[in-house]
Amino acid sequence: MSGDPADLTIAEAAAALRSGALSAADLLAAVRRRAGATEAQLHAYLTLDVEGAERAAEAADAALSRGEDPGPLAGIPLAIKDNMCTRGIETTSGSRLLAGYRPPYDATVVGRLRAAGAVIVGKTNLDEFAMGSSTENSAYGPTRNPWDPDRVPGGSSGGSAAAVAVGSALGALGSDTGGSIRQPAALCGIVGLKPTYGLVSRYGLVAFASSLDQIGPFARTVEDAATLFEAICGHDPSDATSYRGVPPVVRPTLEAGPEGLRVGVIAELAGEGNEPAVLAAFGRTLEALEVAGAEVREVSLPSIPYALDAYYLIAPAECSANLARFDGVRYGRRLPGDTVEQMMAATRRDGFGPEVTRRILLGTYALSAGYYEAFYGRAQQVRTLVIEDFARAYGRVDVLVCPTSPTTAFAIGERTEDPLAMYLADVCTIPSNLVGGPGISLPVGRDGAGLPIGFQVLAPPLGEAVLLRAARAVEVLAGFAARPALATSEAR
Amino acid sequence: MPVPIDIAKVARLARLALTPDEMEAYGAQLGAILEHAASLQALDIQGVPPTAHPLPMLNALRPDEVEETLEREEVLAQAPDRDGPYFRVPPFMEDE
Repeated sequence: MSGDPADLTIAEAAAALRSGALSAADLLAAVRRRAGATEAQLHAYLTLDVEGAERAAEAADAALSRGEDPGPLAGIPLAIKDNMCTRGIETTSGSRLLAGYRPPYDATVVGRLRAAGAVIVGKTNLDEFAMGSSTENSAYGPTRNPWDPDRVPGGSSGGSAAAVAVGSALGALGSDTGGSIRQPAALCGIVGLKPTYGLVSRYGLVAFASSLDQIGPFARTVEDAATLFEAICGHDPSDATSYRGVPPVVRPTLEAGPEGLRVGVIAELAGEGNEPAVLAAFGRTLEALEVAGAEVREVSLPSIPYALDAYYLIAPAECSANLARFDGVRYGRRLPGDTVEQMMAATRRDGFGPEVTRRILLGTYALSAGYYEAFYGRAQQVRTLVIEDFARAYGRVDVLVCPTSPTTAFAIGERTEDPLAMYLADVCTIPSNLVGGPGISLPVGRDGAGLPIGFQVLAPPLGEAVLLRAARAVEVLAGFAARPALATSEAR
Repeated sequence: MPVPIDIAKVARLARLALTPDEMEAYGAQLGAILEHAASLQALDIQGVPPTAHPLPMLNALRPDEVEETLEREEVLAQAPDRDGPYFRVPPFMEDE
């Protein structure tokens, strides 16, 4: 077959595997070659599961040669963010505290991908415990952007985004608490989907903020993201917050197009505060949607300016409670201490990096006696206002849109000294985590430096069908086909 | 105005053995973040119910049946210190 198999979409690779034009072993070898050629610069992966991937590829080839149809993901090389448990394979969550931790079980999503015949290439880098927007907070060093290695890939799922963008995986899983799938997808020029809260099991995901966390896929096309979503969604009795109804059916309406689609532009997020190139690409996409028959109108969500502050109280508060489990008793590194409290305090001081420490302190403060009502309680009330604003808007439009990130990929080190500035850049992605509805980012253009620009679509909870239909329509209209320099051999 | 914080108390509650320099630095950063968050204090939200969870959900219950559990040896193999089938930790109370 022509071209490098590492550049195939999941749909193309699945077809090639079925026609016999490609074997799962050759596909895995191509992805490994790409990783071998790019990892020294990118550092997308923390761990490669060489033997496990080979076994899975062999099993897929054996099933195909017997004439079986092992499903749409059989033999497809995928990457997993390193905050999802993989049995017997190191799972660090980007933290020194969990160095060497080998979970005794697979996360439900990992088990579902394995059962679907997927080939799990390895575990990808992330901001420690998924806290960050640049993947610079990893205890194992930053991941770099395949479009420009002097820039960040976004975060916290930066390793998964970089791997899919460069071709060292055909798809990947990430987790999104305040934008950690959508923002790196935007900065790396690929598709990133945060499903509705509760639609994808979080059993085996290292918890950050339990009322916000959601696992979702990265891919190079909307269709591939839909395929991965279908494989991982659905009720899981092991996750008490798992949605118990039937998940949305997305495939039949994927190609329904933009005609008649009611698109609301979020006034508070689609104007000043965004870089001119981001706004220009966003505006061009809206015009194309309108020409193609969508009804585009502006929608105001007055609580949006408060959503960020509410988020940066709620998320740290939940983080401080969740990360209490890292106490040096059951897993991970331990530092010595004369008493249990001294051992725990020394272990945690040594094991957590600055961003995680900052958020634990912030959350502990916001939950402490005398401040609970003023900070956490108030933030929860503001969350209600944000939910009501979105519900009103969805009474008039099918989907809401805005840029995914106000800027394209920024330079490594540019924002690390100013945590507040890093937080403020999450303004476009945070509201949908507070609301619980799905969101997706897809590339629609590039800025003057050639860096990709993301377009975000949001839908009401369980609205994945209309979300993916709208995203697919935008994908067709934008016709984004560029690949990062590192993905092409000339640049290496 | 940055919000003043008793950072030593917060660090103790969070079980983080921070140095005095670290406490000063984190205290200043938290003050700036909380100053920004003060925007919420200006909102009139009296009577608005708080949201703890984005979707309406009741308790998840299942039949109380015996199921397979994790392998004890595989779990204990991850412990920093153990004593047979137990996790081992330093004393809870200092000697009097």
